[in-house]
Amino acid sequence: MENMIKNETRRDFLKVSGTVAGGLALGFYLPTGPRIAQAAAETNSPNAWIKIGTDNSITIMCARSEMGQDVYTSMTMLVTEELEVDINKVKVEFAPPAEVYINALLGGQLTGGSTAVRDAWEKLRKAGASARMMLVAAAASEWGADASQLKAANGMVTGPGGKKATYGQLAAKAATMEVPKDVPLKPSSQFKVVGNMKQKRLDTVAKVNGTAQFGIDTRVPGMLYAAVAMAPMIGGKVASYDDSRAKAVPGVKAVVQYSRGVAVVADSYWQAKKGKDLLLIQWDAGPNADNDQKKIWEGIRQASQQPGAVFREQGDVAAGMGQAVKTVEATYQLPFLSHSPMEPQNTTADVRADKAVIITPTQFQQLIPHVVAGATGLKPEQVEVHTTFLGGGFGRRVEVDYAIDAAEISKAVGAPVKMVWSREDDMTHDSYRPAGLYKLTAGLDSGGKPVAMRFHSTSPSISARLFPSVVKDGIDPFAVEGIDNYPYETPNLKFTYQMHDTGVTPGYWRAVSHNLNAVALECFIDEMAQAAGKDPIQYRIDMLDMGSTKHQWSGLSAGVPVGTRMKRVLEEVRAKSGWSKKMPEGKGMGVAVMEGYNTVIAMVAEVTVSSSYDVSVDKITAVIDAGTLVHPDQALAQMQSTINFGQSACMWGEITIKNGGVEQTNFDMYRVARMNENPKVLDIHFIKSDSVPGGLGEPGTAVVQPAIGNAIFAACGKRCRTLPFTPENIGGA
Amino acid sequence: MKISFNVNGKQSSVDVPPDTPLLWVLRDTLGLTGTKFGCGKALCGACTVHLNGMAVRSCQTPIGSVSGQKVTTIEGLGGSHKVQKAWIALDVPQCGYCQPGQMMSAAALLAANKKPTDDDIDAFMSGNICRCGTYPRIRAAIKEAAKMA
Repeated sequence: MENMIKNETRRDFLKVSGTVAGGLALGFYLPTGPRIAQAAAETNSPNAWIKIGTDNSITIMCARSEMGQDVYTSMTMLVTEELEVDINKVKVEFAPPAEVYINALLGGQLTGGSTAVRDAWEKLRKAGASARMMLVAAAASEWGADASQLKAANGMVTGPGGKKATYGQLAAKAATMEVPKDVPLKPSSQFKVVGNMKQKRLDTVAKVNGTAQFGIDTRVPGMLYAAVAMAPMIGGKVASYDDSRAKAVPGVKAVVQYSRGVAVVADSYWQAKKGKDLLLIQWDAGPNADNDQKKIWEGIRQASQQPGAVFREQGDVAAGMGQAVKTVEATYQLPFLSHSPMEPQNTTADVRADKAVIITPTQFQQLIPHVVAGATGLKPEQVEVHTTFLGGGFGRRVEVDYAIDAAEISKAVGAPVKMVWSREDDMTHDSYRPAGLYKLTAGLDSGGKPVAMRFHSTSPSISARLFPSVVKDGIDPFAVEGIDNYPYETPNLKFTYQMHDTGVTPGYWRAVSHNLNAVALECFIDEMAQAAGKDPIQYRIDMLDMGSTKHQWSGLSAGVPVGTRMKRVLEEVRAKSGWSKKMPEGKGMGVAVMEGYNTVIAMVAEVTVSSSYDVSVDKITAVIDAGTLVHPDQALAQMQSTINFGQSACMWGEITIKNGGVEQTNFDMYRVARMNENPKVLDIHFIKSDSVPGGLGEPGTAVVQPAIGNAIFAACGKRCRTLPFTPENIGGA
Repeated sequence: MKISFNVNGKQSSVDVPPDTPLLWVLRDTLGLTGTKFGCGKALCGACTVHLNGMAVRSCQTPIGSVSGQKVTTIEGLGGSHKVQKAWIALDVPQCGYCQPGQMMSAAALLAANKKPTDDDIDAFMSGNICRCGTYPRIRAAIKEAAKMA
């Protein structure tokens, strides 16, 4: 039984089905229209956020992928806030692909863009409230009472004369009740769950005792293991191979060629891996055979001579430059970066003649039925997808390449197969944060303020590869993030973007182009402050645009002026960091500020730079306005996380290409922050706010980098415009 | 060739080539998937287990060298080890993938050094990578665990 009720005025859809052991299953979504993903979701399973069984079991579906950022708990908190049940007694399940679970901010069932809580904020509280109202209505009907006399609390409805019933007892009846049209939500003053400082993560215990199931931990009956050999050159293919030695390894069951490599399938991973190491493969190097890093930079530099597409313009920038008494010019160069989550890519696939089961750590479960159908000849509705815990994501698992590979291999051997990539496979077959060149020119007036600003970026477009329909007139909205919302008052400005393909697969990497544009911009603002002879914090405050900031392109930003919020975080970070204190020789402080994902962050970095330009990051002070904090302790965790991720990127992160392939293969060549390199002091402050939540999974990554770069300048007088901030790059600046 | 060793207090016997890393014997042969594969080269610490009480990287420990010895994995830590209690109290994990290795390293550190300083913690734990950046909480949780009896 399934009824669908459509409320035309609010364009809300509610779905009720009585499929859960005769209980209540309630789904709720706001179809605001796809903005990115074009793939239509299949609705072949009960679509619900909440399932209440007649056995009093309460299951909350988690439709976003848990990759550390806490959706497992924070999304559940939103539902239980209104459902009035003990959050510690509910079960959380990862949702299958279905239309009801589409992320309205992204247009797909996709975890990314720091959107999970922003998208869920009203939706999941309404789902909880609707279910509660239907349970109350069921009790009212049963008892012949008026709903207003009844109270729902702690998984139970109580009424006059000591009447009471558990949600489980009411579930079957509730499923027959009319879905409420008006669903009032608690004011923030009445929140008991949202904002609870003491709320624990619901996945901690499983992650501490070793039982949490990541993709790589999947075991299904009859399962074989696959290790794969993929072309060392990006875009290369198998020309021919000799598998005689691999087949001789005990335990090896089959060697199969698939679209982008050769898979060795065995009874255990180690046998498969041994076999893989013994394969002799001739590669067809493909179009990028002689690509290398020097060529790539030459290509980017050449492309940067093109005018690019204008994404923001006001006044007359040439005339403005003409009025300037001083001109500041700089070019920033940012490298490719790898995601390198701790769990290498993997998927367990069981492809049969009429059905496929895919068990995978993915950020984009909605796309998988479609791509697996394409790879196997099945129909999308024949593909069942199970999302596991993700051992890190950072944007890498928006890609579905490894699910396709596993499906092809399973189909070829006719058995369930767990394909596991090595770290080397993972690092050399990533989709990389684009490299880019950022040319900035500012014309300053006699007071040091910009009368004109020119920004010109040249980099590969990620969306042109993954979601070409969002690219319009040469502008990829995800390539202008962190600069289209330029927050400083400047009468004449012109910002352009030049798309340029380097032959290296570009991918969405935590905070995406904020990590490019805002890094270059906030370092450059420091150069302007220096040229103007001003204090970098006061300089920024004095030129904030307090009214008219426009966000024409990047739809994940605040979309409204943020000058007031920026002023507040800058003033507070100045006070908290001890900004004006005298620093000893070799030490310095640097500031940066940014709005991204409707979160405003200011950071001050304190660094020590040695005479040989070795940098240690001693302290980060951060002040964040992220609106309402649904799960405050995990908001803090996300700031700790993004600071670490951004620090790794700007201090050491660099992927380079040689002979058409990625040179770095493991953590000895691609350095990331370790315990002893993490700043000793992270002083993190959130502005108290009851505005709508901003995103927290990403923006800090982009703010910490220019703060560190500017601190390095303050410490040693070297303006390092080529990242990462290695001794070579600083010394050469 | 049969190789016998003790895993989490139980005698186990496996029939695998002696060069097979302990990591894959634990994960694939014995189904103890709490121990994680991260880099395969002892660079990240995700696969850390105890061999006779010492922290080792199981991806670089051939099973042949483990014969007759005592291995403890995250499953064998028991769930209420003081390190696990502190990890839970401070909600240390984010994605959680590196955490079994982190906890096995931390447990070995505390077994050898009851009151580690920040420098001791940095020195011992810097072989375990966390990409989520849980380092501040790991450091705090080790100190918290050190306070427990």
